[in-house]
Parts: sequence; structure tokens; C-alpha cells
Amino acid sequence: MKIRQILEISQGKLLTPHVNLDMEILGGYAGDLMSDVLASIQPESVLITGLSNPQVIRTALIADVRLVIFARGKQPPQETITLAIEERFPIITSDLGVYEISGRLMQNGLPSFEKRMLHAFDRD
Amino acid sequence: MVSDKPLITDDEAAKITRVEELAYELTVGEVMTKKVFALRPEQTMREALDEFKKFRISGAPVAIDGNLCGILSIEDLIRSLRDGRIDLTVADYMTSNVITVKQEDQVIEALKLFVKWNLGRLPVLDSSNKLVGILTKGDITNGLLKALQKDFEAEELIRYRASHLFEDIVSDRSTLTLRYNVKKNDFSRGGAASNNIKKALLRLGASPQVARRCGIAVYEAEMNLIIHTNHGGVLRVEIEPDRITMEAYDDGPGIPDISLAMKPGYSTAPPEIRAMGFGAGMGLVNIKSCVDEMNLSSSLDRGTNLYMVMHLDKSKPLA
Repeated sequence: MKIRQILEISQGKLLTPHVNLDMEILGGYAGDLMSDVLASIQPESVLITGLSNPQVIRTALIADVRLVIFARGKQPPQETITLAIEERFPIITSDLGVYEISGRLMQNGLPSFEKRMLHAFDRD
Repeated sequence: MVSDKPLITDDEAAKITRVEELAYELTVGEVMTKKVFALRPEQTMREALDEFKKFRISGAPVAIDGNLCGILSIEDLIRSLRDGRIDLTVADYMTSNVITVKQEDQVIEALKLFVKWNLGRLPVLDSSNKLVGILTKGDITNGLLKALQKDFEAEELIRYRASHLFEDIVSDRSTLTLRYNVKKNDFSRGGAASNNIKKALLRLGASPQVARRCGIAVYEAEMNLIIHTNHGGVLRVEIEPDRITMEAYDDGPGIPDISLAMKPGYSTAPPEIRAMGFGAGMGLVNIKSCVDEMNLSSSLDRGTNLYMVMHLDKSKPLA
């Protein structure tokens, strides 16, 4: 699914300039725990979150996430936006909640990219 | 027989995307032809023909003192020739409701206009609506190619230098050490060192998978230094052709029970840290699953040392 479609489906507003709206997003992930995101997100995905600090962007960069949506109408602080612009990383804010954005994207065919955290609970 | 060779390689695909990006980044002012020749409306079509011949152009804007009033193309000239009225004025034959672009517009906007109206050229105006240039599809192609070349050369040079580092320096054992000081409670820069480490590994020729796994491991370690130490600590990465060794160390307070700290979900982070999305008790667990070797040693007197190693595929060493 292209960023263009995700913007429309999530009723979102783009917060960074110079975005390639035709970039392909392969799957979605919703969460607020950055360690969980790092542990279980698959690359080339969209991260839908209720957090808005700069660590969200850094986490996304480390984990090869391609797009972040801030849910529930959250306007991230300026330092988050500045970092996203510097790293040329696209971010979106949407008035919808995490649950509704995720539901809409899945209904439109974007698969879940949340893996079961095997390593976390199957050992010891 | 069907060839296994893909139609477009990943490298080529990356470049196409970059061209698209550039169409958004570059402005019309950066790619347009600046020394703009303009006709005056009272000139005759015969004079226009001479000017077109002289400058070898197929169209020109029409302006009075820098204020655009029309555009004249070779088709208009042909019309006047067909009518046998080549001594009429430019004003009689020009198109006066001209589609224009602003010099600060993105190139992509101009491209859309070219496609929509099938135009040959677009006059470019500044913020006070004065004519400052002319834009053709050729100008855009040249501008994109130049920007792409610049881009490519810069990253290529960095990558080339970096990826030949180990080849160029002869020793029994060469290592490259990166060192980052991480401050206690410096959340606004949290993850910055790790992102730099990930970029460095990619430039040195590590695969995206290796760079991502090392990135995740050092990111968790970096956040631990920010959250759990007395005064912050140091991230140290030692890069060798066949392995990457990552270390995080601090001067306290130390971990009283390491096996408890390694338990998934166990955390000593205060609520305000959890509110930022950290302290879920998964950091050390994540690190363990990302790297090939991990060793955590800690003492209440001297602090904590986290040691992580990633072995590189022998068929794909760095450099």
C-alpha cells in the first residue's frame, strides 16, 4: 500500500515535506512500547503509535520502519518533527485512534507486521 | 527460456525512487534557464522569426519591463506565415492567458503542468510576479541528472573510502573503533549514537540485516545507559572485517541480580520512563536475540559492562 493511500484511509495530515507519496508500505504495527517495536516489527512497515517523542523516530530508523502515524490527533513536539525532517522520515498525524486506524488499514488489505515475540516467552 | 535476471535491480529501483524524491526537493528556480530572452508585444512576427532563428529556440515569453503578458510558440509563427500576415505584431498571435510557475515551486508541480496541458515551456515568475526564467522539460531532465550525479558522487565517495578502509591499511589485525559518550537522562538525544553506528556499518559495507540487528542491540544498550546509570556511560564499537564487537559500560550503580535483569518483562524503570515507551523489561532480551554473543557483567562497586559480538558471514566480510 502506498503512503498516499495510507494518508487517505487514516484521514491523516503529513507533517514532513518532500515525501515520496508512492513509497510502498508492506505491513502495519501498532504499539507504544519501543522495545516491543524493536523486538517484533518487520522492516518496510508503518508504525501507528500514541507516543510522540523523538525516540519514536529513532526507533523507526533503527528498525527500518518507513512511516509513523501519531494517533488520536497528537501533535508531536517540535524536536520530533525536526528530527524527522533531518532524517527525511515521513510522519503523519491522524485524529483517529490507534484501533480505528489499524482496523481501517487492515480492511483495506494492509497486513499485520507484528510478529509473536517468540524469544521473549518461549525460553527459560 | 525465461531469464532469471530481474527487469529492475534493487540498485536501479533505489535510483528511480531518488529521482522521484528529487522532483519534490528541487525547486523550479534551481533548474530553470535563468537568462531569459523575451519578446515585446509590439514587435512584428517577422522580427520574432528572426529572433527564434538567431537563438535557435522554438518559443519565447512576451513581456513588458519584466511583466509577462503572453507566450509565443513556433506554431503561432506558422499560423502567421500561413495567413500571410507576418507583419502583424506578436500581440496579435501570442497566447495571452499563460500558464506559469513560481520559482519556489517544487519541480513536481511543473511536471504535472507539463503533462496536464502538454506544454513546451513554462514561464517562471518570482514572488512579485516578475518574469525570472523559462522552464522546459529538458531543463528538468538536466536539473535532475545534475542533482542525482552530485548526490551519487557524495555518497559513493563516502562509501568507497569507507569500504576500502581495511583493504588499504595493511596490518596483522586492523580494527576501526567508534566511541560515543552517552549522558544520563539525555532523552532528547537518545538513540542518536545508535543511528550513527547503524549508518557507519552500512557505509562500511555491512548488509542491511546486520546493520539493523546491530542497530537494535546498541539502541537498547544506549537507552539503558540513559535510563539506568549514575552518570551515563560509553558505547564503544569495534569493527573488524569478520566481526563487530559492541560494548556499553558505565560506572554504576551496577545490577544486583543479573539473572533477574535478563528475565523478559522485568524492569526497574520508573513510571515516567515507561510513559516514554521504554522500561518494558525487554531491552536485554532484545539484545540477546539480535547478537551472536552477549555477556553482561556487573558489580555494585565498579558498574556494568555489556559485551556484544556479531560475527559476519565469512563469504561476505566487510571491505
